[in-house]
Amino acid sequence: MKIAVCINHVPDTETKIKVGADNVNIDKTGVNYMLSPYDEFAVEEALRIREKFTGDVTVLSLGGDAHKETLRKALAMGVEKAVLLKDDSVRDSNGVAKALAEELRQMSPDVILFGKQSIDYDNAQVGTLVAEMLGLPSVAVVVKLDIQEGKVVCDREIEGGHEIVETKLPAVFLAQKGLNEPRYPSLKGIMAAKSKPIEEKPAAPAEVQVQTIHLKKPPAKGSGKILSTDDSAVSELIRLLREEAKVI
Amino acid sequence: MPKFQGVDYYDIDSLLSEEELLVRNTVREFVDENVIPIIEKHNRAGTFPMELVGKMAALGLFGSTLPAQYGCAEMNNVAYGLVMQELERGDSSVRSFASVQSALVMYPIFRYGSETQKDHWLPKLAKGEKIGCFGLTEPDYGSDPGGMITRAVETSDGYILNGAKMWITNGTLADVAVIWAKLDGVVHGFLVEKGTKGFSAPEMKGKHSLRASVTSELILEDVYIPKKNRLPGGSGLKLPLSCLSQARYGIAWGTVGAAMGCYETALNYAKTRIQFDKPIAAFQLIQMRLVHMVTEITKAQLLCLQLGRLKDAGKVRFQQISMAKRNNAYHALEIAREARSILGANGILDEYPVMRHSANLESVMTYEGTHEMHTLIVGEDITGIPAYT
Ligand SMILES: Cc1cc2nc3c(=O)[nH]c(=O)nc-3n(C[C@H](O)[C@H](O)[C@H](O)COP(=O)(O)OP(=O)(O)OC[C@H]3O[C@@H](n4cnc5c(N)ncnc54)[C@H](O)[C@@H]3O)c2cc1C
Repeated sequence: MKIAVCINHVPDTETKIKVGADNVNIDKTGVNYMLSPYDEFAVEEALRIREKFTGDVTVLSLGGDAHKETLRKALAMGVEKAVLLKDDSVRDSNGVAKALAEELRQMSPDVILFGKQSIDYDNAQVGTLVAEMLGLPSVAVVVKLDIQEGKVVCDREIEGGHEIVETKLPAVFLAQKGLNEPRYPSLKGIMAAKSKPIEEKPAAPAEVQVQTIHLKKPPAKGSGKILSTDDSAVSELIRLLREEAKVI
Repeated sequence: MPKFQGVDYYDIDSLLSEEELLVRNTVREFVDENVIPIIEKHNRAGTFPMELVGKMAALGLFGSTLPAQYGCAEMNNVAYGLVMQELERGDSSVRSFASVQSALVMYPIFRYGSETQKDHWLPKLAKGEKIGCFGLTEPDYGSDPGGMITRAVETSDGYILNGAKMWITNGTLADVAVIWAKLDGVVHGFLVEKGTKGFSAPEMKGKHSLRASVTSELILEDVYIPKKNRLPGGSGLKLPLSCLSQARYGIAWGTVGAAMGCYETALNYAKTRIQFDKPIAAFQLIQMRLVHMVTEITKAQLLCLQLGRLKDAGKVRFQQISMAKRNNAYHALEIAREARSILGANGILDEYPVMRHSANLESVMTYEGTHEMHTLIVGEDITGIPAYT
């Protein structure tokens, strides 16, 4: 089984984001980066599929040199190969998908995994776009992936419930939280990753269709108000919810 | 529980390799997710979190600098130090467990053991299938272990051991004890397995410090062990002392972790606690203390890193390790106490980690050579005059 996972290098969920001086990019100073959490589920799933069916797993990432850190983490988790599609520019989803699709077309994996979205720009488009560009079926928001003889059965989350779908390989799957519990890279895995190569290639060019013109932070949260700590607070709270907040 | 973002005032991360950072970040995440959520419960109950042993082993945290042929990660000493730092940010007890297993049990077996001993014990200890302890200290001989009373007498096919050890981390849990005893007046290392006739390891109770670590007495009454259980690779007090050097190196790093945990807690608390209509962080007296904390942490980090680089280059001297253990344990304890006081009354609650760290670090100041003994070691080194007696 040939498995490919597309992964992104994103600001850590706990890091404090500041808008840069140009109002278009974030200020990267002091920002910690990580493997995008949904992509981590995708990597874990790829490893489990490989452990079950044998084969090999390749991770791909599009971006600058900094993305090597995240590729290295995937290698340390046990992935065999890593490819960095080098490009330092900021791309829209279409541009990212084009470059990935180009590379994946040549690789022609049986299983292609993505996270359902990367947690930086939250567009949730790349995986589906790639599937479309490659003419492959895609299943998004997957919480269970069961590869059987001649078919794949997926459980995917939908609003208020679950949908069970069936498709055939090759196909694209977009991982949702709950798909699995990702492993930590072991120290041995980290040492072994040192000798695994990261192949660097120029990313296929793509024209910008959607351009960021402005980034802004949500308005600062106002400070809370403590009414009192005994039960007299209840009637006051109800009054304020009615008269001030006008929500009840 | 929010993820720990690290304390790195001097961009010391830029001095770490990609692997070192990945090791650090992995263990950091492991501690956030597996140690911090459970440690207060164990600290309160006075129990060691056995549930972590398998998980730590799966990560490769035991004997991680030893060769791959024994199932170890063969990492460098800086990466090992970073592991200790992150574990101790969780709790000194968890770091102590890993220190003892790695530096005080696997290391002596690796360095002084026979091929059979290494092949038998190291893979099992690395996998956490077996737990070890290190018995040097005795009721009457602590800082002066050379005076130990525990004796081994040679018989036709083995040895008979008699004596008592005290303050032994992991003693009750251990499947194998590395016992230091005198044979014809010279210190040797012996491997004594749990269940050996005449050997018992009752747990010591009533600790106010390292509550989530098991500390035990080891009692040896006419304990017979076969010849093959002696560590054949050397003799003399320098053997256990060489193991302590390994462990102290890890402690120098570990205490930085505890200090970072305390500093982070104090800083966040000071920024949000309002008194006199201002966050207390707005008061000069509080800022001064926070600045002192972060400065001492930064100095300690730099001491550790250079110490680790020296160790990796094979150039480190044990006196240099003494300096780092002495300095870092001392300042970590000072930082923990400061953090405790910045949190006011909240500082004494176990909702915050500072009092636990502060209590733990009292042990860390004492074990693996007290603050005073390390002063004397460095003192002798720079003056050429031993001042122990
Ligand atoms: C929680 C815990 C876990 C431990 N785990 C282990 C373990 O796993 N294995 C093991 O072998 N040991 C272990 N120890 C023992 C530890 O290493 C000893 O406690 C330590 O070496 C100090 O010995 P002592 O307690 O007998 O103090 P003492 O040696 O009696 O010292 C008492 C005080 O006198 C000072 N002092 C002593 N001599 C001098 C001198 N010449 N000049 C100036 N001051 C001096 C000391 O610095 C100290 O302040 C542990 C201890 C603790 C608390």
